[in-house]
Amino acid sequence: MSAVLKVRVWRGGARGAYREYEVPRRESQTVLDVVTHIQRALDPTLAYRYACRVGMCGSCAMTVNGAPRWTCRTHVDTVARDGRLAIGPLRNLPVIRDLVADMREFFDKWARAQGQFKGRRTRADDFERIFPESEARRRADAAIECIGCGVCYAACDVVAANPAYLGPAALNRAWTLVNDARDAAQSERLRAVAGDDASLACHTHMSCTERCPKALSPTAGIAGLKRAISRAALQGKL
Amino acid sequence: MSRRSETLLWVAQRASAAVLALCVLVHLATIIYAVQGGLTGAEILARTRGNTAWFAFYTVFVLAVAVHAPIGLRVVLAEWFGWRGRARDFALIAFAVVLAGMGFQAVRGVYA
Amino acid sequence: MSRTLALAHRLSGIALAIFLPAHFWVLSRALELDAFLAWTEQPAVKAAEWGLVTLLALHLAGGVRVLMLEFLPWREWAKGLAALAAGFAVAAGLAFALAL
Repeated sequence: MSAVLKVRVWRGGARGAYREYEVPRRESQTVLDVVTHIQRALDPTLAYRYACRVGMCGSCAMTVNGAPRWTCRTHVDTVARDGRLAIGPLRNLPVIRDLVADMREFFDKWARAQGQFKGRRTRADDFERIFPESEARRRADAAIECIGCGVCYAACDVVAANPAYLGPAALNRAWTLVNDARDAAQSERLRAVAGDDASLACHTHMSCTERCPKALSPTAGIAGLKRAISRAALQGKL
Repeated sequence: MSRRSETLLWVAQRASAAVLALCVLVHLATIIYAVQGGLTGAEILARTRGNTAWFAFYTVFVLAVAVHAPIGLRVVLAEWFGWRGRARDFALIAFAVVLAGMGFQAVRGVYA
Repeated sequence: MSRTLALAHRLSGIALAIFLPAHFWVLSRALELDAFLAWTEQPAVKAAEWGLVTLLALHLAGGVRVLMLEFLPWREWAKGLAALAAGFAVAAGLAFALAL
């Protein structure tokens, strides 16, 4: 194991270059540790994001040796082949600077997929009864833990090929709401996720499912959306 | 194109895919079987000439292909060549007609 | 694995879409079939035939995988379908090559 890591880091915006830094290697070091060392000890002008640094918030997502990952949960030993690392911002998103990606379109698409809950009842009504063991709730629960980190979006080949594609996270969220019996916006949502730039665009490459740090499967949710919109279209309800 | 139409195109693609899955399995098995010991025109035609079962089979096959291939190409044209819109769709309809037409000629050719 | 299979699925689809009109044309001229089949005896053509059979098997396997992922309830083994599909295509290609 080398004592020093050779780390190439993206510097600049849409145009820029990789700059190489030498970082002392430590035991149990994470990629986030490496980036933090560079910014604190070698180059204070480096821009990057993190918050919790314990794998809960998803803010530290970056491209490490070509794959999108949470840098705080990526041990250097797992990814540094021959003591080399290449770190860049998340793919498929505009770069603000260095390792910081502009997440706006990611969340705009979330909204366009009707990814917000719309309730039916008021405080004057009784509670809606939802059984946790019901099929629909199980399906929603299987997908509900998404924290919007953007790793799936960065991993998706269709997002790369089609800028209008809503993407796995937005559609995954829509799927949880399609399965939410309390939600009142079901027809709008089905319309939002139908069409060539929505669920139909998914080609089941499964990069999203492969890379999701929370082991979710947007592929499964999108398949469910495809079935839901097909049913609606055939019944003349779309 | 409306969302409903796009969704129905997708349904047609998947439905024709299911039909083709069966047709192609039969076709592959037939090829692998027939090709053993060399292949002659006489052998092929002996199987298909005047045989209504093969005629029906290949007619269904051709129809499914004429639906499946153009819809499949539709996405490829959009994603890899940036071609979207009405012109693309008309071109694909034309391709579907060509496939169906040539396909039926082929079926007739080996049946008649 | 799935990304590679998906690319192969797309490329094989394109290749088949280009091949089919030619295939239909040849068959429609059934009376000259033997002359055409004589031409196909060349090793280069046999190799191309093998290629087409493999591409067809690949496209079928990749397609069945998509149908399973989209219409069957989600299970963990779904992740292994790409490898299975590739395996089927290899087997079909081998069977054809052995039959020749």
